[in-house]
Amino acid sequence: MALTREQMAQRVARELEDGFYVNLGIGIPTLVANYIPEGMDVMLQSENGLLGMGQFPAEDEVDPDMINAGKQTVTARAGAAIFSSAESFAMIRGGHVDLTVLGAFEVDVEGNIASWMIPGKLIKGMGGAMDLVAGADNIIVTMTHASKDGESKLLEQCSLPLTGAGCIKRVLTDLAYLEIDNGAFILKERAPGVSVEEIKEKTAGKLVVPDDVPEMTF
Amino acid sequence: MAGFDKRVYSYEEAMDGIENGMTVLAGGFGLCGIPENLIAEIKRRQVNDLTVVSNNCGVDGFGLGILLEDRQISRIIASYVGENALFERQMLDGEIDVQLTPQGTLAEKMRAGGAGIPAFYTATGYGTPIGEGKEVREFDGRHYILEEAIKGDFAIVKGWKADHFGNVIYRKTAQNFNPLAATAGRITVVEVEEIVEPGELDPAQIHTPGIYVDRIIQGTFEKRIEKRTVRES
Repeated sequence: MALTREQMAQRVARELEDGFYVNLGIGIPTLVANYIPEGMDVMLQSENGLLGMGQFPAEDEVDPDMINAGKQTVTARAGAAIFSSAESFAMIRGGHVDLTVLGAFEVDVEGNIASWMIPGKLIKGMGGAMDLVAGADNIIVTMTHASKDGESKLLEQCSLPLTGAGCIKRVLTDLAYLEIDNGAFILKERAPGVSVEEIKEKTAGKLVVPDDVPEMTF
Repeated sequence: MAGFDKRVYSYEEAMDGIENGMTVLAGGFGLCGIPENLIAEIKRRQVNDLTVVSNNCGVDGFGLGILLEDRQISRIIASYVGENALFERQMLDGEIDVQLTPQGTLAEKMRAGGAGIPAFYTATGYGTPIGEGKEVREFDGRHYILEEAIKGDFAIVKGWKADHFGNVIYRKTAQNFNPLAATAGRITVVEVEEIVEPGELDPAQIHTPGIYVDRIIQGTFEKRIEKRTVRES
């Protein structure tokens, strides 16, 4: 069975460490915040200028001056800091964020990522995604392994305009957890009940399959 | 106005000197911390052919979105413009020139513009369409592209509190691009919720020192919320 969005978030959350500063993109990455392990303290960075994003506000706490990068109303947790956009991207670009999780349309065996633009369709902009992928060492991309039509999103070479070049080393899809190394995807884990064959079939880029590919457990 | 007193008392006075074809830097992220009354004054004056530099372009009927209604903006430099149907139509019809810029690069372009730095190298955008045609240099084995600073004829800024001298404090995440825009305008206009006497603000808590600010005006704000999200109680 392919992983649900919640299971994908759960799997990514296992990469968190106590004391990590983490930037979570919109969509599945946002859900990771729901699975921070008990007893672990993680500080969420929101690129509009908030380090220490808290939960959504109660009805009587809603404040138009307090939003996250998705423009949703939020709160600040104890120990949070608020700053300008230049400061926010200084910490992102400067490599101070410990883990970045974001979605993508495609990734390839060279660690390229395409996530912001589909030519011929409406272009809304890259927001902070190009800065995030350029600045972070530790990035996890979350996406479905293949499109609804069955087209692989793990490619030999990205077909869409890039968000960043050679910057992705780890990908979690609904079928597998893979690392990118030496011009290939390395299959590290598979979703429960998903065969290596199915993953091979749905991976267009070069795939290296180790002898043992453990199933994820939830 | 005498000495360092930057106060003005009408929005007409606040935007005095704005002309067709000028470049306007605007603070704000989404609808948070936008100089909504200064934008309304630009609309009232019907100046056009503006280049607007702002992270976003408001929504239909609010924020910078109202300047699209009469086609006052001919060029926009922004990182994300997805919340606005009129904008999409003008972009697709080629009526508005859109220069998409990564958010951190946009912030740094304004910061550099105000800090006397004409250009800077960043890894952001290298190997992507954003890097095409830009100078590339390698430092310590990594590639960087040269990005140029931005300055504006006007900077329009939303603060929380200011004193007569134009020292400004922002409120919570309404800070965002505002202090950066404030440094990079030839004429910087700040509208705030409250103007206080000099000495009332703690000097160590000032976000934008008055040296960057030319005009201060006190206004009232709608502060529209784009995505109201609450938790179940």
